[in-house]
Amino acid sequence: MSAETLETTTGPPDHERRTSPDEESAPADRGARGWLARKSVSRETVAMLVVPPVLVALAFIGFLVWRQTAELDSVEANQLKWSTLSRLLVDHLQLTVVAAVIVVAVSLPLGIALTRGRVKRAAPLVVGIANAGQAAPSVGLIVLLFLWLGGGFWTAIIGLSLYGILPVLRNTITGIQAVDPTLVEAARGVGMTSTETLRKIELPLAVPVIMAGIRTSLVLIAGTASLACFIDAGGLGEVLQTGISLFRFSLMITGALLIALLALLIEWIGRLLELAYRPKGV
Amino acid sequence: MTDQDTHTTPQPHDDARDDRDGRRISGVDIELRDVVKKYPGQKAPAVQSLSLTVPAGEVVMFIGPSGCGKTTSLKMINRLIEPTSGTITIGGEDVRGRDADELRRTIGYVIQGGSLFPHMTVADNIAVVPKLLKWSKQEIAARTEELLDLVGLDPARYRDRYPRELSGGQQQRVGVARGLAADPPVVLMDEPFGAVDPITRQRLQDEMLGIQRELGKTIVCVTHDIDEAIKLGDRILIFSEGAHIEQYDTPENILAAPANDFVADFVGAGSTLKQLSLSRVNELRMGEWTTARQGDDAADAVRRAEAARQDCVVVLDERGRPVAWPWLRTLRRQQRIDVPRRDELVTLDRRATLNDALDTMLSSSHAAAIVTGDKDEYLGVVDFESVTQHIRAQEAAAAEATEAGGATEAGEAAGTGEARP
Repeated sequence: MSAETLETTTGPPDHERRTSPDEESAPADRGARGWLARKSVSRETVAMLVVPPVLVALAFIGFLVWRQTAELDSVEANQLKWSTLSRLLVDHLQLTVVAAVIVVAVSLPLGIALTRGRVKRAAPLVVGIANAGQAAPSVGLIVLLFLWLGGGFWTAIIGLSLYGILPVLRNTITGIQAVDPTLVEAARGVGMTSTETLRKIELPLAVPVIMAGIRTSLVLIAGTASLACFIDAGGLGEVLQTGISLFRFSLMITGALLIALLALLIEWIGRLLELAYRPKGV
Repeated sequence: MTDQDTHTTPQPHDDARDDRDGRRISGVDIELRDVVKKYPGQKAPAVQSLSLTVPAGEVVMFIGPSGCGKTTSLKMINRLIEPTSGTITIGGEDVRGRDADELRRTIGYVIQGGSLFPHMTVADNIAVVPKLLKWSKQEIAARTEELLDLVGLDPARYRDRYPRELSGGQQQRVGVARGLAADPPVVLMDEPFGAVDPITRQRLQDEMLGIQRELGKTIVCVTHDIDEAIKLGDRILIFSEGAHIEQYDTPENILAAPANDFVADFVGAGSTLKQLSLSRVNELRMGEWTTARQGDDAADAVRRAEAARQDCVVVLDERGRPVAWPWLRTLRRQQRIDVPRRDELVTLDRRATLNDALDTMLSSSHAAAIVTGDKDEYLGVVDFESVTQHIRAQEAAAAEATEAGGATEAGEAAGTGEARP
C-alpha cells in the first residue's frame, strides 16, 4: 500500500489540509464564499435574514386574497380602499423615517460625547433620563405633547423621537465602552490622537452594537407610530382605530396585521444594514 | 531618490553608528532623571525618583514583582502616562518638548498579543504609523512588504488577512512589524511574548534577537519572566516596589553576583541552570550526523549510518532543510528514501539558548536535536554530551578568570550603566 493510494481515497483535498496553527490555510479556500464568508455569518444569521421576508410576503399575499374576495360593507370598503391604505402606509413610513433620522442625528453624537473625557461622568444621568422617557407609557407621552403643542405631524415626530432615543443612545455608549481598552491604548500608543482613535478604532468596532440599537429603535418607532392617529397625524393606526370605534373585526385585523408586517419588514431591513455595516474581520 | 529625501520621515539609518563589536546601531540613548509618578489619592508614589540610562542600541529588560511600577515606568517614556516630576530624554531631547501624539509616532510600541486592530488587514495594521506620518502609498506598500519579510511572514500570503485569520504567534509577529513600521530609533515593548505558547515564544524570542542584531534599536521591554529577561536582555533592570532599582546590570553579572537578597530571591534558585539561557546553540560543538536527500539510495544511507554507529539518518529536502529523522529500520524497508515530511520534527534555531536546547532534547526520542540556520538549512546535531562539554569548558574559563582577579567584568559594568539613583 503506497502513500498515493491512501491519499486519493481518504486524503483531504490539498487545499483543505491544515497542519499546525502556525501553518497557513491556502488562500484558494476563501474568496469563493465572497464577502459573507469574511464576515463569518452564522447559520442562524442567514435564517434570520431569509425567514422574515418570506413570512411577511406570505402573510401579505393572504391579506390580498382575503381583501379581493371578502364581502365588505360600505364602511369597510371605504376604509380598505387601496388608495386610503397606501396613503396611510406612506404617512406611517414618513413618521417612522423622519423620527428615526432625528433619533440617530441626536443620540449618536450625544452617545459619543458621553464616552469622552470629562463628560463621561454624566453618562449614567443621561441614560437614566432616557430610561425614564422610555418607561413612560407611549400613549401618555403623545397625549401630553398633544395637550402642550397641539396635534399634527411634528408633534407626533417629537413624541416618537423622544421614545426612540434610548436604544441608540444606550447602545452607542455601551458599544464604544465595550471596545477592548488595550486596543484603545494601542492606538494612542502608536500616536493616534483621541479623535483619530475614535474615528479609526472605536467607532468602527462599535458599529455592530450601535446598528443593533438603531434597529431596535426603528422597530419601536414603527410600532408606536400607530398611536399617531390619536393626535391627527395619520398612519396605519387609523385603520385599527376606526375598526375599534365602529366595531369592525375586519378593520381591526387589517390594521393590526399591516402594522405588524411593517414592523417585521423594518426589523429585517435593520438586520441587513447591521450586516452591511459590520466591519470586515470582526 | 529625490522623493526619499523630501519626505519628513525619520531616517535613522543616516546617522547609524557602529558599536565596539562592529554591530550597527540605529537607536539612541534614553535617559530618565528623578522621574516620579504619583497618583492622586495614593500615599506612596507608584514610581519613586527613578534615574537610569538606557544606552543606544541595547535591549534593557524591566522586571520585578507585579505592581512594582515597571509598566508605569515604560509608559512614561512615550507619555502614555505623564510623569508627576522629573525629566525623560530620548536622544538628548526632552519628551515633554513635543506634542505627545507626535512623540509616540516616533517611538515603536509593541504590546502583549500584538493588540492588532481586528477590523484592519495585516497590511493596514502595519501601515498605521506610516499613514499618520503621511507617507506616500508606494512607500507604505514597500515598507509593509519589507517588514512582513523581516518578521518571517510571506507578504503575498498574509498582507490582506485579518488578524483573526492568524495564529497567536503570527499576530505577535505583525505586532512587532507594526512597532517597527516607521523605523523608530526606540522601541518599547510591554510583555510582548506573554500571550503565546512556550514553543512559539521561544521562536519569537530567537527571531527578535535576529532582528535586533540587524537593526540595533534601543529597546525597553517589560517582562515578568526572568528567563526571558536573561535571554533577550543586554541589561536587566530589577525593580522592587515604587520602581526602586535593586540591580541594573548585565545578565551575567546579575546571575553571578546578585546585589542583595531581593535580587537573589527574584532570580531564584538554580542560577547555574539559568546560565544555560546565556549560551547559544551555535557555541556548541555540533556532532557529525549521517545525512541523505529525499530520493537517495536508501541502502547507501543505511551503510553510512552503520559505519558511523548511528541508528538514524537526517533527511534533507532539495534546499537543505531537514524534513525527517527516520530510524534505520524504516529506511531498510525502502529502495529510494521516501519519508513523509514530519511536522512534529522540532528543530533548534542556532540562536536558541542551551536551555531551549535541553528542553527540545528531553522531549525528542533521539535524545538530541537538529540545529538549523538562517533559512532553516541543516547545520548539525547537538546532544547532551555537547552541552555538558560546553558547561565544563565555561566553568574552567570562569575559574581561571576568578584567579586572574575578575576585575574586567566589574569595570565594564560600571562604565555603561548606573546601578542606583
